[in-house]
Amino acid sequence: MSVLSASNLTVRIGAKEIVCDASLSLNAGELVALVGPNGAGKTTLMRALAGLLPSQGEITLHGKPFDVLTPRERARHIAYLPQGHIFHWPMSVEQIVMLGRAPHGDAFSTASPDDRVAVTQAMATTETQMFIGRPVTTLSGGEKARVALARALATQAPVLLADEPTAALDPRHQLVVMELLRKAAAGGNAILAIMHDLTLAARFADRVLVMHEGRIVAQDAPSDALAPERLATVFGIEAATVLIGDRRVPIAGRAL
Amino acid sequence: MNRPALRIEIALAALILALAIISLMVGPAGLSPRAAIAGLFSGEGPAGIIVRDIRLPRTLLAGLIGATLGLSGAALQGLLRNPLAEPALFGAPQAAAAAAAAVIAFGFAPVTSFAVPVAGILGATISIAGLVAIAGRRASLTVTLLAGLALASFAGAATALILNLAPNPFIALEIAFWLLGSLEDRSSDHLIIAAPFMLASWIVLGAQARAFRALTLGEDAAASLGVDVARTRMMVVIGVALGVGAAVAVSGAVGFVGLVAPHLVRRAVGSDPARVMLPAALAGAALVLLADIAIRLGPSAVEIKLGVVTALIGVPIFLSMIFRERRLLEGAVS
Repeated sequence: MSVLSASNLTVRIGAKEIVCDASLSLNAGELVALVGPNGAGKTTLMRALAGLLPSQGEITLHGKPFDVLTPRERARHIAYLPQGHIFHWPMSVEQIVMLGRAPHGDAFSTASPDDRVAVTQAMATTETQMFIGRPVTTLSGGEKARVALARALATQAPVLLADEPTAALDPRHQLVVMELLRKAAAGGNAILAIMHDLTLAARFADRVLVMHEGRIVAQDAPSDALAPERLATVFGIEAATVLIGDRRVPIAGRAL
Repeated sequence: MNRPALRIEIALAALILALAIISLMVGPAGLSPRAAIAGLFSGEGPAGIIVRDIRLPRTLLAGLIGATLGLSGAALQGLLRNPLAEPALFGAPQAAAAAAAAVIAFGFAPVTSFAVPVAGILGATISIAGLVAIAGRRASLTVTLLAGLALASFAGAATALILNLAPNPFIALEIAFWLLGSLEDRSSDHLIIAAPFMLASWIVLGAQARAFRALTLGEDAAASLGVDVARTRMMVVIGVALGVGAAVAVSGAVGFVGLVAPHLVRRAVGSDPARVMLPAALAGAALVLLADIAIRLGPSAVEIKLGVVTALIGVPIFLSMIFRERRLLEGAVS
C-alpha cells in the first residue's frame, strides 16, 4: 500500500521550474531507485518530498495531506539522508545515531527506553556497534555512510529518503549499503534512493524512477525503466545489458 | 552518561563562588575573606559600603557578562558548526560599541539609562543579522570570516567617526576608555540596566540547544529531524544581540571570552554543541572574574582595561587553535 505519494508536484527555485508535474507513490516494503543525469532535479524532488522545499501539487502521507502535519510529525514519518554524510562536530557515534530520535522526544527529555531500543536496533542492522564511543569524524567513508544510515533508521520512520547513499564509496561498501537498504525495505520501510550507478539500481531496486529535465519519464521495473533505448535518450549513453542472477542489468558502454 | 559534564559544571560553579569572594576582597582597600563576607551581609561600616556598593556590582557584572559572552560564543559555534566562531570576530561587540558610543557622545542619554544597552543591542543585531544573512545556508567558514572582518571594520570606522565628531575632547576620551572594556566604577544602576537583557539572552539561546545538536548533521538533515532552522538562526541573532549588546553597553568591548570559554570546556565535556553550552557559560563567568581580579592585583598605577586583558589572553589561544586546525581550515577554504 502507498505510504508516501505525490501528484502533479512542481518545484520552482526562483523563476526556474526544477521539477515539473511529478507524480509518484512509494509503497511499504519497497526499495525504489531514483535515477537521472546531473541536473535532472532528483535532489530537488527528494527535498520537496521530505518537506524541505515548498512545492505545488499534492503530497500525501498515509493518505493524509502533507501540509496539515507539523515539521516534527513529518519528521517522525519521513527520515531523510542528505548527500555527503555530513558530521560537523566530533560527537560520538552513539550521540549521532541518537539524533535520529530527535523527532520523538520533547525539548528537555533524555533518552527513553524506546529511544535506546531503536538506537541499538539501528546500530545492529548497520553493524556499527563497534564504533559506539568513537568520534564520528575519525571513521572512514564507508563507516560514516553506515553511521549516517543508522541515524536515519533510528527514527523508525515508515519512509526513508536517501540522496546518493552510495556516493564516494568503494564497490564493497556500495554493496553493503544497498544490502542494508534492502534489509530495511524487507522490514517494511518504503525507501526512495537517488543513485548514479545504474547497475546497482537495476540489481537492488524493486522499481526505478527515471528523471529527465525535471520530469519523471519512467517508473517501472528496472529492466523496463533502464532499457537501452531509454538510457540513450535520457543519459546519452550506449549501454549493454548482462544477466546477474535473475536480473538483466545495464552496463554503460560509451557516450553518445 | 552525562556525569563528566555534571562534574565539570559543579567544579566550575565552585570556582566561580571562590573567585567571587576573592573579587569582593581585592581592591585599593584590601579586605580579609571574613571582613568581605561580613560586610556583604551586614552592609555596615566602611567594609559594608565598599563590598555592597562598589565590589558587589562589579563582581556580579563580571560573572553575568562572562557567562553571557561564553554562552553567546557557544551558541554561535553551534549555529555555524564551527569552533572558531566568536561574537567579536563577527563585529558584534564593535557594532554594539559604535551604537552605544553614538548615544553617549551626542548626549542623547546619560550613561546609566536604558538607552545605552538598547542602542548596543540594536547595533549588535544589525551586525549579527548581516553576518548570518551573508553566511547563508552553507555557512562556509571563509565567507563567514570575511563578512565578519568587513562588519567589524565598518563598526570600527563608525566608532572612529563618532570620536572624530564628538562634541568635546572629554567625551571623546571617556568613550575611548569605555571602548577598551572595563568594570571599574560600575554600580548597581549598570546591573539593573543590563541584567534583564542578559538573562533574556540566556533563555533565548538555551532554548536552541537541541537544534544545535541536530545541526551537526547539516541544515537539511536538521530540518528533516523537525528543527526549524530559519527560526533557530533568528533566535541566535536575537539572543547574541541581546546578550552582547547589553554586556558591551556596561563593560565596553570585552572580546574572545566567547571563543576561549567553549574551547576550554570542550576537552572535558566533548563536542556535543548542546552539552557545551552550560559549562561554556560557567567558564566564561570564571574567566572574566579572574581577569577582573588580576587587573586589580596588578602593580600598575593605572588600572589596565578588562578588554585589553581578555584580548591579550584570548588572541594567543585563538592563534593556537588556528595553528592546530590549520589543515582542517585549509580544507574548508578550498
